[in-house]
Amino acid sequence: MITDIIVNGLVAGGMYAILAVGFSLIFGVANIINMAHTAFYMVASFLILIGIATFHLPLPASLAASIFLTAVLGMICFKLFFNRVKEHETAVMIISVALAMLFQEILLLTYGGHYRSVPAFSRGYIDLFDTRVSHQQIFAIILSALILIGLWALLSKTKLGNAIRAVAQDRTVANLMGINVSRISMIVMGISAALAGIAGAVVAPIYMVSPLMWMQPLVIILAAIVLGGLGSIGGSVIGALILGYTETIVTFLVPGGGFLRGAVSLAIMVIVLMVRPEGLFGVVFEEERL
Amino acid sequence: MSSLFYLLYGWIKGEIFAIPGRVIALVFFLCLFSLPLVTQQPYYIRILTLTIIFALFAASWDLLCGVTGQLSLGHALFFGVAAYAAAFLNIHLHLSPWLTIPSGGVVAVFVGLFAGVPALRLRGFYLGLVTLSFPLILTGLIFVFPEITGGELGLSGIIRLSSSRITSYYIVLIVFTVCVFIMWKIADAKSKILRTGVVLHSIREDEITARASGINTTRYKLMAFALSGFFAGIAGGLYVHYIRIAGPSTLELFFSFQPILWTIFGGAATIYGAVAGAFILYPLLEIMSLSSLGGDLRFVVLAIVLILTLLFMPEGMTVWILDKIEIKCPRCKLVNVFTRDKCRACRAPLDSTKS
Repeated sequence: MITDIIVNGLVAGGMYAILAVGFSLIFGVANIINMAHTAFYMVASFLILIGIATFHLPLPASLAASIFLTAVLGMICFKLFFNRVKEHETAVMIISVALAMLFQEILLLTYGGHYRSVPAFSRGYIDLFDTRVSHQQIFAIILSALILIGLWALLSKTKLGNAIRAVAQDRTVANLMGINVSRISMIVMGISAALAGIAGAVVAPIYMVSPLMWMQPLVIILAAIVLGGLGSIGGSVIGALILGYTETIVTFLVPGGGFLRGAVSLAIMVIVLMVRPEGLFGVVFEEERL
Repeated sequence: MSSLFYLLYGWIKGEIFAIPGRVIALVFFLCLFSLPLVTQQPYYIRILTLTIIFALFAASWDLLCGVTGQLSLGHALFFGVAAYAAAFLNIHLHLSPWLTIPSGGVVAVFVGLFAGVPALRLRGFYLGLVTLSFPLILTGLIFVFPEITGGELGLSGIIRLSSSRITSYYIVLIVFTVCVFIMWKIADAKSKILRTGVVLHSIREDEITARASGINTTRYKLMAFALSGFFAGIAGGLYVHYIRIAGPSTLELFFSFQPILWTIFGGAATIYGAVAGAFILYPLLEIMSLSSLGGDLRFVVLAIVLILTLLFMPEGMTVWILDKIEIKCPRCKLVNVFTRDKCRACRAPLDSTKS
C-alpha cells in the first residue's frame, strides 16, 4: 500500500509538475493565462493514438512526432491568436478557453466520447516490496525527472534561458537590452506546448485517453501553480508534487475518495493561500502588498 | 399639466433619444416585453426565459469582475448555492417561489461574504483560483452525501414559477429588468446620486490609489461580493423554479466559465455588455442544437465565433459598436450620435476621426 502510494503519487505529481511548469513559463514570459494548456496535453495523447493506429508508426516515432506537432500547434496558436490581442488579458484567456473547446469538439466529432488506451512501451513489471510496479510507471517517473532537470539547465545555463528569464522579469528592459521579446515569447510558447505534449505522451499509456481528459488536470495544475507561487518554477514543481500526493493518498485511503480527491487538493490550496497569500515560494513586492 | 408633459418629453428626448446606445436598449426591452404578442410557441418562450435568467447571471459576474476587478472564476458557486437553497426550502418547507427565490439570494449573499474574505488578501489570478475552487469543493461534497443532496441526479419535485408559461416569462422578465437596472445604476461611474459606481471602477483601476484617496476598499469589495452574489442567487432561484431540478450541473466548471464567455464577448465593465453577450451566444447555441447539422457542430461554431469576435473587437462587441455610433463631445463630454458634426448641447465641432 505504501509503495503503491509513493509510486502513483510520483507518477501523478511528475505529470502535474511538467504541465504546471509549462503553464507558469508562458504566464511568466508573455502574461498569457493559457487555459488551453491541458488541451495541448490531450491533443498530444491523441496524436500518439493516431500515429500508432492510423499511420502504423512505431511507438518512439509517434511519440516524437506528437511532441513536435504539439509544439508547432502551440506556436501557431500563439502567432494567430494570442499575439494579436496580447494587450487584453481577459480576451486572451477567453480565446484560450475557446481554443480548448474547439480542440475538444473536433476530437469528439472525429473519435467519439469513449475512452481509449494507448499500448504501453513495455508490458513488464518489477516487484518492489510486494507491489507490482510496471515499467511504464518507472519510465514516466524517470522521464519527468529528466525533463525537469533539463528544463532547469536550459533556463539557468544557456543564453536562451537567460533571455527567457530576463523577459519574465521585465519586458520593457529586456526589449531595451536587445532581446526580441515577441520571438522569445513564441519560443516559450513552443516549449510550453512541447512540455504539455511530453506530459501527454508519458501518461497516455497509464491513464485513459478521451476528449474530456483536459478538464481535471487543468484545475489541479492551476491550483499547483498558485500553491507554489505564481512565477516561481520551483514552486510550481513542489506544488504539483504536493497535490499529486494529496490526490493519491485521498484516493487510496478515504472512502469515496474518487469524488473527493479534487476537492481535497483545492481545499489545501485555499488554506495555504489564506495563510500565505503569495503562495509557498512566491515573491511579493512591498509596494504591492495590501 | 401640458407643461409637465413637455418636461417629461424633454427629459426622455435628452436622456434616451439623443443617445444611440440607450435607444437600442429601449427598443430591446420593448421587443422583449411585446414578444408574447407575436409568438407563443413554447420552445421560443423557453429559450428566451432561460436566456433572460443567464443574462442576469452574466450581469452579476460583470458587476463583480468587470466593474470591481475582483476576478471570480467560480461564479457558479452563488448560482448553485442559491439554486440548492431554493430547492431545499421548496421541497422540505413547501415555501412558495415568492419566498424561496429571495431567500436563495440572501443565502448567496452570505456565501458571497464568505467568499469575499479571501478577496481582502488576494488579488488577480490568485483570487480567481480560490473562487474557482469553491464550487468544485462543493461538488465533491454533494457527491459524497447523496442522501441529502440527491447526488448526481439532484433534487427534483420543485414547483413551477407559475402555471402558465407566459406568466413565468413575464415574472422572469420583470425581475431581470429591475435587477439589471439596479446593477447598471450601481456600476454607473457618472451617476450623480450613487457614489458606488465611481468607487468600484477606481478599485479596479488602482486599488492602492483608491485607498490613498480615503476609500474603505475592504468595505466596498465585500459589498461588491455580496451584491453580485445576491443577483446571481436570484438568477439561480429563478432557474431552479423554471427547470425544476437542482443538480450538480449548476456548480460545474463550464457553468462558471459561461458568464465569463458571455461578458467578455459582449464587453466587460458595462453590465449591458454582459446582457448583450448572453442574448447572442446562448440562443445561438440552443437554436443550433435544433438543426440537424448544427447539433454536433454547435460548440465548434461557438468557439469560432468567440475567437473571431475577440480577435477583431478585443474589448467586446458592445464597446466596439458604441465606439462606432457614439461620439463624445470634446468640450462638454456629452454623448452624441455619430451623424452629428456639432455637439447637441454646446455646439462644439465634433471631430469624427477621434472620439
